[in-house]
Amino acid sequence: MRRLTESLRTPTGRRAITSIATMAVVALMTGPSGSATEPTAGPVGSYGERVSIFGLFAGPRWFLFLIFAAIMWGVWTLWLQRGTQLRSAASMALTVPKRGFALKPVRLVFYAALIAVGVVFPHVVTSQYWQSVMVEQIAVFVLLALGLNVVVGFAGLLDLGFVAFYAIGAYATAWVTGSLPTPAPFGVHLNPFFAIPVAIVLVMVAGILLGTPTLRLRGDYLAIVTLGFGEIITIFANNLYGITGGSYGSGGVTGKHGIPHFSINLGPIHYRWTLNPVPYYYLTLVFVIMFIVAFSLLEHSRVGRAWTAIREDEVAAESVGINPLKYKVMAFAIGAASAGFAGVVTAAQTIFIFPATFTLQVSINILALVIFGGMGSIAGVAVGAMVIQTASMYLLHTPPAGYQPADLYMYLGALLMVTMIFRPMGLIPSRRRRREITLAEAGEGHMNEVLTGENP
Amino acid sequence: MGAFGHYLVSHFSTLRLEFWGLLVGGVANGLIYGMVAVGYTLVYGVLRLINFAHSEIVMTGGFTSYFVLRGVIGTSIPNGWATVGVLVVGMVAGGVSGAVMAMLVERVAYRPLRRRRAPQLAYLISAIGASYFLFNLAGKEFGRVLLSVPQPYINHPIFSIFGAPVQLYYLVIVIASVGMLILADQFVGRTRLGRGLRAVAQDSETASLMGVDVNRTIALTFALGGALGGIGGFLLGLGTGVVYTMGFVPALKAFTAAVLGGIGNLRGAMIGGILLGVVESLSIAFVQPAYIDVVAFGILVLVLLVRPTGILGERLGRAA
Repeated sequence: MRRLTESLRTPTGRRAITSIATMAVVALMTGPSGSATEPTAGPVGSYGERVSIFGLFAGPRWFLFLIFAAIMWGVWTLWLQRGTQLRSAASMALTVPKRGFALKPVRLVFYAALIAVGVVFPHVVTSQYWQSVMVEQIAVFVLLALGLNVVVGFAGLLDLGFVAFYAIGAYATAWVTGSLPTPAPFGVHLNPFFAIPVAIVLVMVAGILLGTPTLRLRGDYLAIVTLGFGEIITIFANNLYGITGGSYGSGGVTGKHGIPHFSINLGPIHYRWTLNPVPYYYLTLVFVIMFIVAFSLLEHSRVGRAWTAIREDEVAAESVGINPLKYKVMAFAIGAASAGFAGVVTAAQTIFIFPATFTLQVSINILALVIFGGMGSIAGVAVGAMVIQTASMYLLHTPPAGYQPADLYMYLGALLMVTMIFRPMGLIPSRRRRREITLAEAGEGHMNEVLTGENP
Repeated sequence: MGAFGHYLVSHFSTLRLEFWGLLVGGVANGLIYGMVAVGYTLVYGVLRLINFAHSEIVMTGGFTSYFVLRGVIGTSIPNGWATVGVLVVGMVAGGVSGAVMAMLVERVAYRPLRRRRAPQLAYLISAIGASYFLFNLAGKEFGRVLLSVPQPYINHPIFSIFGAPVQLYYLVIVIASVGMLILADQFVGRTRLGRGLRAVAQDSETASLMGVDVNRTIALTFALGGALGGIGGFLLGLGTGVVYTMGFVPALKAFTAAVLGGIGNLRGAMIGGILLGVVESLSIAFVQPAYIDVVAFGILVLVLLVRPTGILGERLGRAA
């Protein structure tokens, strides 16, 4: 017995314990769901039948997961022995394409090919479900993630209420098109295209109003305040029946007409978007490209460098004449703008909007896209958003046994945690972030307020 | 006077009629907030960060005590000393599970980052991830519906204050939470481990040179805060039932209470909790119930803007 406990204390033993524990959690996550009458059905089967702890090992699933644990332990041990070799080999292999990518013509061809793929895409994927998902869940979320990336990635501010700006954009659209219970401004019903400037102004004003008092606060206070802001916007949208239609959505109790589609009436050109998702896809694609270009330019501008400086060391930034508050508020307002765009598209495309679309969970979902893709990396965020949203929509469309739609947030939460622990720079790291994190790990550069508990 | 004057007069008359009843409910809720707030304040005192996963520790305490109570009393209602025994068992279940979960969260979501000297943002994101993971996992395993906790007593009024009846449930909250808060205060202030905790909060490097095991102290901090949070979860569940999202709103309010009293300050957390509970409860006379959370949140923003150090001030070095 004593020998057993001793062998569990060795690094090998610890790896074994961690592997088994991880796989047990994975087994719970992917296993059957419990319910009110049998709240423990997931882990131990029916409560009445298998109260015994040995109920845990009743099914063959557990045997399978023990095998997985063994595999995990083996891979882990191998990685510790050969990991550095593998990693250097991989980075050697990656340097050649990287060098090629630095050439301008190669880059331009690559971008042109990407856009071509984006244009052809809806003609390859012809399923009705995936076409509407491409607009509502992928393109719109890429827009949202790009916006949050400005706040979290560029400026290093954690905004947990980002969905509020999305909601303001959507409700502003419903308002100026005369589709809310409250009358439109000046009684004029506008086309959603004209809702864009209104929505942008409104979200930017909201960003400035929220940001000016709260951006002086420490990072973690800011996170809580923005979280509360998001909640409050949802509470108001849910309860102001006379203005927003409350929980009945933009139509209100009376079932007012829906939000009109986009339409163009320019001289001889008349075009009206319809319920067909493909035209909406192209419209959103244009918006996405617009924002990617704008944010890339911004990143390498004076403003972008100021954000980096503030993020890395606020005191130093201030001492060279950067006003941190001004630039932080700017990040808030600019990031909010893309959420406003996303709101306009969502409102026009889905015709009716409901407060249930704009919950805290959506904020966390967007945050997961940014973190997974790579904070501060525009390419990473866009790719991360596409990957995660496609995966989650696939799970929604063809759920594996035991998967419920609400389980998604469990996976997203785990993803946030795992990314932060194992790859904080994300899928496609931005160069600045990567350098920052390496510096911080070497114990220099970053202001480190958090107690490490270990002497270097 | 006008319409607003009329609004004030009519609502103040409601307030006068309901005052004592609202006050009793507010103090009871506030004590639970205070107990949960201790977890925030202790972790903040030592690590200088807000443990976003604390809401799930409350939830863990609620669910564990639910299952234990279901096993212990089933459908019968005990009385006399049996009731006291069941309540103690529920508190122990909530407290132990809360402490274990808090230590697990520290181990999994924080320690790898501490080892890597990650920036503050990384801790917040990791903890938010942990929180989302935990409560959605609970939702999956136990169903996403409200489960009512088996009651160990019949909840009738025991006595009344100025005509406002005080139910047994409120009495249980007051005794349990005041007892636990005093215990925690004494533990941090008087014991050897508590002294280590304060030393780490004051200056971790010096403390480690003086022979305090910093990692163990951080784990202890999480455990202590987690135990109180878990008991808070048990008391919450006893009143309103348990559900996977039960931790979120009380924890947000507990955080407000911690800031209100001065974060990092243990007694401040208790005072802030009671104050927030009472203000929130009395505001029922003025606003619709749907907006109660807005009131609590408004208080948070106001305190952060006007006096971010809270009522008693941040006494970081002396977490007592």
